[in-house]
Amino acid sequence: MKILIKDIHLLDPHNDVDETGDIYIEDGKVKKEIGKPDLTISGKGLYLVPGFVDIHTHIREPGGEDIENFESGSKAASAGGYTSIFVFPNTEPPIDNKGLVNYVIKRAEEISLLHIYPVGAATIGRKGEKLTEMIDMVEAGCRAFTDDGDAIKSSKILRRVLEYLKNTGAKFIEHPEDKELSDNGIINESFFSVFNGVKGIPDVSESIVVSRDIQIADFVNSPIHFAHISCEKSLDMIRFGRERGVNVTFDVTPHHLVLCENDVRLTDSNYKINPPLRNKKDCEALIKALKDGFVDAIATDHAPHPLYSKELEFQIAPFGIIGLETSFSLLFTNFVSEGIIGFDHLIEHLSSKPARIFGVKFGEIKDNGIADFTIIDPKKEWVVKEENLYSLSKNTPFIGWKLKGKVLMTMVEGIIIYNEGEFIRRKSVK
Amino acid sequence: MKKKILDKQELGKIIEEISENLFSYFNGKFEEICVIGIKNRGDIIAKRIIEKLEKKGKFKILFGAIDITLYRDDLSSIGPKPLVGTTEIDFQIDGKTVLLVDDVLFTGRTIRAAIDEIIDFGRPKRIFLLVLIDRGGRELPICPDFVGKRIDCEEGENVAVCIDEIDGEEGVYILNNRKDL
Amino acid sequence: MRHLLGIEEITLEDMNQIIETAKSMKFVLERKIKKVPTLRGVTVANLFFEPSTRTLNSFLIAERRLSADTVNISKSFSSVEKGETLLDTVKNIEAMKVDIVVIRHSVPYSPHYLSERINASVINAGDGSHEHPTQALLDVLSMIEKFGDLRGLNVSIIGDILHSRVARSLILSLKKMGVKITLCGPSTLLPEYFQNYGVDITYNLKEGIVDKDIVYVLRIQKERQDGCFIPSLNEYIKYYSVTKDILKKYAKKDVVIMHPGPVNRGVELAPDVADGPWSLILQQVTNGVAVRMAIIYLLSGIPRSEE
Repeated sequence: MKILIKDIHLLDPHNDVDETGDIYIEDGKVKKEIGKPDLTISGKGLYLVPGFVDIHTHIREPGGEDIENFESGSKAASAGGYTSIFVFPNTEPPIDNKGLVNYVIKRAEEISLLHIYPVGAATIGRKGEKLTEMIDMVEAGCRAFTDDGDAIKSSKILRRVLEYLKNTGAKFIEHPEDKELSDNGIINESFFSVFNGVKGIPDVSESIVVSRDIQIADFVNSPIHFAHISCEKSLDMIRFGRERGVNVTFDVTPHHLVLCENDVRLTDSNYKINPPLRNKKDCEALIKALKDGFVDAIATDHAPHPLYSKELEFQIAPFGIIGLETSFSLLFTNFVSEGIIGFDHLIEHLSSKPARIFGVKFGEIKDNGIADFTIIDPKKEWVVKEENLYSLSKNTPFIGWKLKGKVLMTMVEGIIIYNEGEFIRRKSVK
Repeated sequence: MKKKILDKQELGKIIEEISENLFSYFNGKFEEICVIGIKNRGDIIAKRIIEKLEKKGKFKILFGAIDITLYRDDLSSIGPKPLVGTTEIDFQIDGKTVLLVDDVLFTGRTIRAAIDEIIDFGRPKRIFLLVLIDRGGRELPICPDFVGKRIDCEEGENVAVCIDEIDGEEGVYILNNRKDL
Repeated sequence: MRHLLGIEEITLEDMNQIIETAKSMKFVLERKIKKVPTLRGVTVANLFFEPSTRTLNSFLIAERRLSADTVNISKSFSSVEKGETLLDTVKNIEAMKVDIVVIRHSVPYSPHYLSERINASVINAGDGSHEHPTQALLDVLSMIEKFGDLRGLNVSIIGDILHSRVARSLILSLKKMGVKITLCGPSTLLPEYFQNYGVDITYNLKEGIVDKDIVYVLRIQKERQDGCFIPSLNEYIKYYSVTKDILKKYAKKDVVIMHPGPVNRGVELAPDVADGPWSLILQQVTNGVAVRMAIIYLLSGIPRSEE
């Protein structure tokens, strides 16, 4: 399909593009020379940006198809402006072998909406004891490995995982948490948890693992990526690692930037998240790190859970909230609209920066650039409503929030897969 | 709206008259009688009556004061709960003749509550009812034995007795709402 | 006041109202017929998910003195995680159309959770380590009866502060009344975060006793500890048990000893202290019924929206 979009504000910080103009797409790529379009769209008042890349999504397939499957997850992601997602392996059974990686690849082709990249388990069954056949899994299409949900407890096994991966070009993603220090805590440990008589998860539970992993990565000379960093101490450890020349990258979730522990309502388990919402100082440190470009990526950690489990009392409800459909607008409303960071800065952290950590392709506004794009109306206001979410699960604390900035259209390889409520499979167009 | 219908002197005269009535009715014999006043004004009025009787007869009369809040029949329909006062009856009720005293008799529900509370303390031989003002409007079959004055009221009107110890003045008013005072 | 969820949610005025009403209720408890018809037709459900005889019985007596009808739902529990979830309980209560729910549960904020989902008024009889407001209120009443105005008084709370809902409710209520508070206990059970309440902290028993008008002693909570907070009961008794000798050596002559009960005799309190002249423990129990009567009276009869 040949598409011409006119008068749209083109924003691609990775390629230094920030101007209003026309863009012509043919054969899945941006073309400088404008041909005869099959479809012309007016982009007046709108923005065209590289499509978002989420390097941390949980789809509950196989095992929890009624909670979130590839179909609903892809729709949620596309509606949120995502053109690529990394699906994490803590499914039932976990994605710890080539056969299951192939399953993910096959399902992605069936659904045929956005790019879906499988992330494999680093150890068999995610038990932290034996390595998975990582070379095989990379051959099948894995871009990264993780035991997310858990850290790798044994320092020896972590060392082996990092060493083994050096050969493959894929990276290890650590879920930094010392479960014994967490000691069944349910919110951040601080005066707030003590005042409320609930067990807290101390910030050192995270920073201790960050520190250990960085030292091992330094020792074996391999890269390492940390998921959902939530506190200032972890940032300090990462700074130490970078100063030593370690290739350490990390991501931060939108909810850790927007909420802190004082927002937690202990009667609503939609505030129960791991790592927990930390105190104001940590939140401010994360925001500053984002402003300074110290943060490498924003990732949602989209974690669907059914109503029957989130309706349980806070103590026993599972951790996690969804995020694909709200992440862009939340960050746009709270940071770009407020003038805390620039629109270009936000886009970078949602698209090119995460993609480049793992070497996957991403949308670029340049001649022959891949046409993975998102079209946004920065003025559109909307309210987060359960019935309007495409995700099968509705566990988010942001229901009822009034947000500014909405994704209107998502395009993958030159084909519009999402257009204001409608989904079009790529294979049906080709 | 408020209208003063009895002033301090007239009120004093009523209390004087009713005390005289009591004295002659009981032939000056008050050994078996105990006087119980209903808080917050009935008890003070009862005390004044007792003072006059004791002066006349040179004896002491048993006195008690009751708070009927916990016996009301309208607690579930009023909003914030009324403050519960204390009931002070430090003598045995069994076999006694009780003279129950209140300032205004209207629907009769307060008296019903007071009777229930007294009976929880013991079995009186007899209960007499004395009220300063009977303004009609009964909703229960309650009949006073001694009345200071009968006053006719329209619907929506209330009678309020004011006494120094609580209201800072003495008198009887007809009004729509006690708050109008 | 629609619910009594915690001291945090009520004002000083609410507290005073409850205490004044409790004083009146005490008179009812001293009569021959210890019953008033006030709450006839009102149904109170007692949901006790944690074992408790004293608090449950105190509430039952209070409810029956007011002529309310009572329903008891106790859960047997082998472990805190098993058993019916709160949500199931919510549905059962709604079906029974009760007016007031008294709930004790090991999960903090379960009364609050309940209050957001049912029409009845909710009274917190202890939610995990979070709050135990009726206990704090009866303690304050006992203190007021003994000392009158509590402003400027020196009170210490000794024991396993970290896991104690009694301590938390007491700190909040005493702070509202202008009392100077010192917390005392082993450092693993008294993290520095507690300073944020605006109280003094000491790990030394002597400092927890010297110059204090009231010494409030907590149970050492065997059932709430997962272990590894104190090495042994022996060591705790050696350094934190309140004995006659300690009181003679360090306490003010007219010091008052309080305890929420039941006392682990010989552990946190020596038996002769628990039964001795300094102890206010029995008055606390009497006041418990009066305070609970006051609270149930004040919360009853709020019109329910569905009717």
